Amino acid sequence: MITFENVSKTFVVGSKQVEAVKKVTFDVEEGDIFGIIGFSGAGKSTLIRLVNGLERPTEGKILIKKTPLHELKPKQLREVRRKIGMVFQNFNLFSSRTVEQNVEYPLKLSKVPKAERNAKVKQLLQFVGLADKAKSYPEQLSGGQKQRVGIARALATDPEILLCDEATSALDPNTTRDILNLLQKVNRELGITILLITHEMQVIQSVCNRVAVMETGEVIEQGEVFETFTNPQHATTKEFISATDQSLPSPQLLDEWRAKGGTDLYRIIFKGERASDPILSTVTRKHQIDFNIIYGSIRELQQQFFGNLVVSFEGKNDAVMACIHELKSIVDIEEVNTNES
Amino acid sequence: MKVNWETFWIRIVEATGETITMVLGTLVFSSIIGMALGILLFTTREGNILENRFISALLNFFINIIRPIPFIILLFVLSPVTREVIGTTIGTAAAIFPMTIAASFVVARVVENNLISIDPGVIEAAEAMGASPRQIIFTVLIPEALGPLILGLTFVTVGLIDFSAVAGTVGGGGLGHVAMTHGYQRFDSSVMFVTVVILIILVQLAQWIGNFLSKKVMRR
Ligand SMILES: Nc1ncnc2c1ncn2[C@@H]1O[C@H](COP(=O)(O)OP(=O)(O)O)[C@@H](O)[C@H]1O
Ligand SMILES: [Mg+2]
Repeated sequence: MITFENVSKTFVVGSKQVEAVKKVTFDVEEGDIFGIIGFSGAGKSTLIRLVNGLERPTEGKILIKKTPLHELKPKQLREVRRKIGMVFQNFNLFSSRTVEQNVEYPLKLSKVPKAERNAKVKQLLQFVGLADKAKSYPEQLSGGQKQRVGIARALATDPEILLCDEATSALDPNTTRDILNLLQKVNRELGITILLITHEMQVIQSVCNRVAVMETGEVIEQGEVFETFTNPQHATTKEFISATDQSLPSPQLLDEWRAKGGTDLYRIIFKGERASDPILSTVTRKHQIDFNIIYGSIRELQQQFFGNLVVSFEGKNDAVMACIHELKSIVDIEEVNTNES
Repeated sequence: MKVNWETFWIRIVEATGETITMVLGTLVFSSIIGMALGILLFTTREGNILENRFISALLNFFINIIRPIPFIILLFVLSPVTREVIGTTIGTAAAIFPMTIAASFVVARVVENNLISIDPGVIEAAEAMGASPRQIIFTVLIPEALGPLILGLTFVTVGLIDFSAVAGTVGGGGLGHVAMTHGYQRFDSSVMFVTVVILIILVQLAQWIGNFLSKKVMRR
């Protein structure tokens, strides 16, 4: 649906050059909710703005449904943009227009007849749950309501792609959840491919199926969300994950555990089916040892279970070793080093 | 020499009409020219929808040269041009020409300043929706800035009442002319007083209409 081929974007500011995006290559497939995560200044906004031609790449190609963007004339580019919706962190609604006029605006640009516009606006406001606010002005709405208007406006021309630049970053956690649910509904019910950017792992985790992690203009890691979340490769990815999911107890707690003469700790990661099997009790019973869960969680990720437990084993040394050896063939298990957290 | 108010009030009514004609005429022409220049000034700025360094620098250069010239000087400097264009340098029409030139540049800056205060995100949203530069100008820039624009034009209008009095003293007619010939040169303080009161009323009226209209579009 969207293809980035070795895309770079360098801004020239005075005598300085800012490499906002560096040699980025990846694909967004039809039907994806593709998330790009990165800290502020990583180049996420620049990357997403390249998709609808608000920025032009200094190098490389962007293809939308196999159409190379850079070959389009300004007029053709505007036609393409009408089929790509965009939602913004600060909503960017027209303050001089009512809610329904905001949603109607892109239809007017496309010269859709009045009766058709009215029907479409009504249907969209129903879809985003704002039918009763049609005549309000944006300043009379809450943040979440404003974003619903932004989404309705972005959907007006029946786009195939929706771009979301930090669409939930200005919202509180409850409203964020509502908007994310709405985006999911847009993806599932309307079949729209979504490319969203965020600095919150929680957003990726709750709605995206695929993710790319960006740092200083580069994509440092990408893949399925479940894989990336359960088996992160890059330090920055781990950092994002630990913000939503602390995989280990704090160093202070671990030190305390040691000080009290606690035995070695092991971190066990269960994925998918494994998380619902009674593996730990089956294997430890077989080796006649006990286990003690001292920390952990089991959560849902992309409609799959994901368990992360920190345990200690009590029993004869060889039995413990044999048990760990057997567990290694079934799940991910590693010794917890008390010097890291 | 005192005027005879029994008959002179007709002259005052006429003069008030001339002043209003000068002000409204200038307002219409300078709004059209100033709006166009102001939009051009804004949209040709760096990073804007019609970014163009050359036009931007040229416009700024012109405006910065003409704006600081005191209006009374501009009147004299432009008088040969006025004679060419209007055919005379005396009367209401002859005053509207130099007033329009001077006011257009003021309006241009007022428009530019109001457009700068529009959230760039809103312009970007329109661009992302596939709006052309022309569509952005007419469906985003002007409607989004309309409230402050009306207040800005009100401010200009008040200035025009002042301009018209100056133009009046050098042959433009209107209240300025009456105040000059009957009030000042013939030492009739009653004429001076009446013209000043009418000018104050005109200013108040302009301000009141401006406030009313801008409130209407800003809904505050
Ligand atoms: N128009 C621009 N001109 C110059 N530098 C820019 C421009 N847009 C972005 N940058 C720079 O590019 C880098 C990436 O910015 P951005 O894409 O906004 O990051 P993010 O959205 O991840 O916070 C930053 O260093 C930023 O200062
Ligand atoms: Mg950003």
